[in-house]
Amino acid sequence: MNAVIETNDLGKQYGRKWALRDCTLSIPEGKVVGLVGPNGAGKTTLLSLAVGLLTPTRGSITVLAGRPGDGPAQLEKVGFVAQDTPAYAGLSVGKHLLMGAYLNANWDQELAERRIDQLGLDLRQKAGSLSGGQRAQLALTMAIAKQPELLLLDEPLASLDPLARREFLQGLMEIVASHGVSVVLSSHLIADLERVCDYLVLLVASHIRLAGEITALLATHHRLSGPRRDPRSLPSSQEVIEQSHTGKQSTFLVRTDQPILDPAWTVRPVTLDELVLAYMGQAHSPSPGRRSPLGVVS
Amino acid sequence: MIEFQLDTASGVATYLQLVQQVRHALQLGILEPGDRLPTAQQVVAKLAINPNTVLKAYRDLEREGLVRPRPGQGTFIVGTLPRSDPAVQERFLASMTTWLRKAHAAGLGPDDIEAIYRTAVRNSFAEGVEGVA
Repeated sequence: MNAVIETNDLGKQYGRKWALRDCTLSIPEGKVVGLVGPNGAGKTTLLSLAVGLLTPTRGSITVLAGRPGDGPAQLEKVGFVAQDTPAYAGLSVGKHLLMGAYLNANWDQELAERRIDQLGLDLRQKAGSLSGGQRAQLALTMAIAKQPELLLLDEPLASLDPLARREFLQGLMEIVASHGVSVVLSSHLIADLERVCDYLVLLVASHIRLAGEITALLATHHRLSGPRRDPRSLPSSQEVIEQSHTGKQSTFLVRTDQPILDPAWTVRPVTLDELVLAYMGQAHSPSPGRRSPLGVVS
Repeated sequence: MIEFQLDTASGVATYLQLVQQVRHALQLGILEPGDRLPTAQQVVAKLAINPNTVLKAYRDLEREGLVRPRPGQGTFIVGTLPRSDPAVQERFLASMTTWLRKAHAAGLGPDDIEAIYRTAVRNSFAEGVEGVA
């Protein structure tokens, strides 16, 4: 399967600070990818590198087998909606579509107009008078009417109310179903993306902490609880992601592709939310990893 | 046509919820051979879920011999599931209600009752009792 985004040791430095570092990634085509991480983790940097708005300080990035931003043919293949779904306030909805038609060779005016109609938007209305949800839908319409192979959306849901979020995701998933476009969308909340994504990339503190098919990630992580145990006594095939201990009980979140045989454990599957939080928390703990000493958390 | 619903709090995988709803509709006679399932596009437009999730559910149902895709037309019900006797269902509903009233009177709350129910289901499933999955 071809990769839509492939990076190798990718890094971006601003002054002395690395916004993104040691990023090696291969995202297969046809996925809806959730790019998740706390604010400032490097999500926007990674997306901007993929569009070609930024150039890497080190390493390389390939998007749909081309160099990001490298000429009109490359730009045609990628649709991008920046944070806060920008639109030209003084231009009407219709003028936005006209501009899209002028600027994009593969523009599908019929698709654009049909979506605007479905959304109940007036072509004569100025973009500046649209609600946040409507503006987001206009930006999404622009990005998909150019018929890209890859759609990159930076925090598209952040400023939307719950109903607008749902409508936005409904529209997006309809396009995925009908056009088979690959999508990467970022959010600092996994809950927003859980229903739509089948691939997860977790960025924490400028580094990739976790990347993979969500079903595979969920199948290889388990919550174990049972009598108090030292993490060093666990089999070496089980990587401890998170642990907490009380006087008598220990709870671990482990990653393993082996079955868990120890009868002392109660084994519970993890939710995507728990998984993401565990990996995020791991980045903050002073001594992460499975060989850390037994700390007591009451 | 069946309309899917999602229970996001249930913890049951989304594709499995879709599979269960089709099976359930077959058991209740809401769906019958020849009926068409909604297209992936129709489902995602309503539920805002990944289209692959719908396709995975339909593939599972196909593997069970319950549905078959017809190219260009959609996915159709071809199989049936044994429908349980309404009289039997009613009898068990009545005895369950009696049991619940007794449990309540004995001071058990909804959480206790649910825990007991789950344990019982798990135990009977381990013994190989069918139809409780």
